[in-house]
Amino acid sequence: MASYILRRILISVPLLLAMSFITLGLIRLPQGDVLARYRNDPRYSREIIAQLEAKYHFNRSFAVQYFYWMKNMFLEWPAPAGAEPAGPAEGLKSWLPTGVRLDLGYSFDNERPVVAVIGERLFNTLLLSVVSLILVWAVAVPLGTYSAVHQYSPGDKVLSFVSFIGMSFPSFFLALVLLYAVSALGILPAGGLTSVKHAEMSLVGRIIDIARHLVVPGLVVVTGSLAGMQRLMRGNMLEVLRMQYITTARAKGLPERRVIYRHALRNAINPMITIFGYELSGLLSGVALTEMITSYPGLGSLMLSAVRSQDVYLVMASMMIGGVLLIAGNLVADILLAFADPRISYD
Amino acid sequence: MTEQPDIQQQQSLSPGRLALLKLRRHRLAMGGLWALLILYVTCFVFSDFIAPYWFNNERRDLSYQPPSRIHVFDNGGKLRWPFVYRASYTFDEEQNRVYAEDTSARYPIGLFVEGDEHRLLGLIPMKTRLFGVAEPARIYLLGADSRGRDLLSRIIYGGRVSLSIGIVGVAVSFIVGMLVGGISGYFGGIADNVIQRLCEMMMMVPSFFLMLALRASMPADISSIEVYFLIVVIMSFIGWAGMARVVRGMVLSIRSSQYVEAARAIGQTDLRIIATHVLPQTLSYAIVSVTLAIPGYILGESALSLLGLGIQDPYASWGNLLRDAMSVSSIKFHPWILIPGLFIFATVMSFNFLGDGLRDAFDPHSQLVGKEFEQA
Repeated sequence: MASYILRRILISVPLLLAMSFITLGLIRLPQGDVLARYRNDPRYSREIIAQLEAKYHFNRSFAVQYFYWMKNMFLEWPAPAGAEPAGPAEGLKSWLPTGVRLDLGYSFDNERPVVAVIGERLFNTLLLSVVSLILVWAVAVPLGTYSAVHQYSPGDKVLSFVSFIGMSFPSFFLALVLLYAVSALGILPAGGLTSVKHAEMSLVGRIIDIARHLVVPGLVVVTGSLAGMQRLMRGNMLEVLRMQYITTARAKGLPERRVIYRHALRNAINPMITIFGYELSGLLSGVALTEMITSYPGLGSLMLSAVRSQDVYLVMASMMIGGVLLIAGNLVADILLAFADPRISYD
Repeated sequence: MTEQPDIQQQQSLSPGRLALLKLRRHRLAMGGLWALLILYVTCFVFSDFIAPYWFNNERRDLSYQPPSRIHVFDNGGKLRWPFVYRASYTFDEEQNRVYAEDTSARYPIGLFVEGDEHRLLGLIPMKTRLFGVAEPARIYLLGADSRGRDLLSRIIYGGRVSLSIGIVGVAVSFIVGMLVGGISGYFGGIADNVIQRLCEMMMMVPSFFLMLALRASMPADISSIEVYFLIVVIMSFIGWAGMARVVRGMVLSIRSSQYVEAARAIGQTDLRIIATHVLPQTLSYAIVSVTLAIPGYILGESALSLLGLGIQDPYASWGNLLRDAMSVSSIKFHPWILIPGLFIFATVMSFNFLGDGLRDAFDPHSQLVGKEFEQA
């Protein structure tokens, strides 16, 4: 198992490298000037801009810029030595990294390091997607099972119809409709993550405040994937229920509840776990649009503003995090699958 | 149920006829098909004729006019030919416009009236429009947008963009996917390996982020025609990998199937095998996956336009029309600006129903497992 995980991680490294390289190429493609905002700002002198330009290699080709970005991502390097090194040992030392860190570059828009900007946004996005994912699973699996066990019953037909509508309802439209509903009814906050008075609230009050803000974006995200997951679960369950071992289980007199929950459900849920990884990573992309519309302070809305203002490193870091989460999601799904299904082994 | 042929008769039909028969029995799919036909014909053939106004015909003094109410009784309670009143407004204490109907004069709705000039089918210049009212009144059946333009007309003209971009986008990525996937599946080996890794990489990038980054990498101040093709290119760039995977899977499974091997054994040429055995098989899969892929392109265009990165005002697309709805206060006072979303929803749902029905229709195993058979 360990060797499998290691192999998977090693395979994903070139993928991530290629992805980041292409992203930088794309974002540097327009002839726009990344530092233009500073040039028109009286707070910044020409010298400071020139320094920034040199520090982040905007005056060089993007391959050079990419090299320095990669070089500084994880490791601390010694400052270029002014004097000649004393001996061969010293000379070698000036070429070796001196420390470990995480540096994804500088956000020119926020005037802060990218890591600091992304950190809090990433937490918000994960909060939204994980809460939604748990809800989706908690609702889709029972509903899908019900639909399959009661195939063609009125309940199943209603669920199928609702699922079809849910699958076709554009997330951005649902977000707008919900925003309209909450603003018309005035029961829930429309947009954002915290109220104005959030800082003055007690701990419980804060949690309730955040939960209230999560309702609209959460509902949008949940509706988006719930329908598909319910259909999927129904299909899996129907397939499993046709298996011979289910007939056997029934024939040997097991109670129907036991047949369904012990024998069928465990097998029907396997393909769902494979989907889990894609869901996890797809959520990041999926919640992005919802975030932008409900002005939720997550990675998606950050990405939008970064893309608009060509905040190079912020865009790259967002893309990278998206890619890493996607790879991690798929890996987690494969590992979960090995635990859930004893027939699967990766060695 | 009387037209349902018995099993004997069914087996003697050609696969194409059989699929058509099954599709026609699929009520939701047929509903979707009809809805799409109506939408496409309205937007492409009769758009200028049905839309009461030109998409850019604005009346700033009618900003956010609520949907016009059609009356049949006049002030005296007398039955009249359907008419509208002219809208007039006052300001409330928050400086919002409050529209009221000016009941002093009636403006009957005329059929085949003279309106903004247009070219029927892009050829015949004419002024006749299906319906309209005399100025200074306006008939805004779905209300007006921020600049006082008729929302219905803008939806009809915007449909040209939103409805065509799905088809054009899918066509482009399908051609690319067909080529790449075909090569990958047919030649196998190193080519297959390289292409598959490339596809995996494409699928590993969060697609929505990639879409934004791609759009940002292009100049912002380009004409709407260029934006249209740019969106097609962006969407195809993201979409081809998925298509290539589907095509590769199809080619692989068909290539190793027994009937292809049999055809090869009796000495048929590659070209003939491809034409008579491989293509007809892939066609059904292709139609289904294309139908189910179109909504993704429509939604992608809408999302980009909604965020202000796609089609720009004064041109309309369904996503672009929803841009007015991006602020909560705006929807709260003018909920009708959400209506374009309903059209996106209806289109996406129709394509989903149709795709689902097509999949069932083309599925050779579905012929005897239907509900009717189980009951028999």
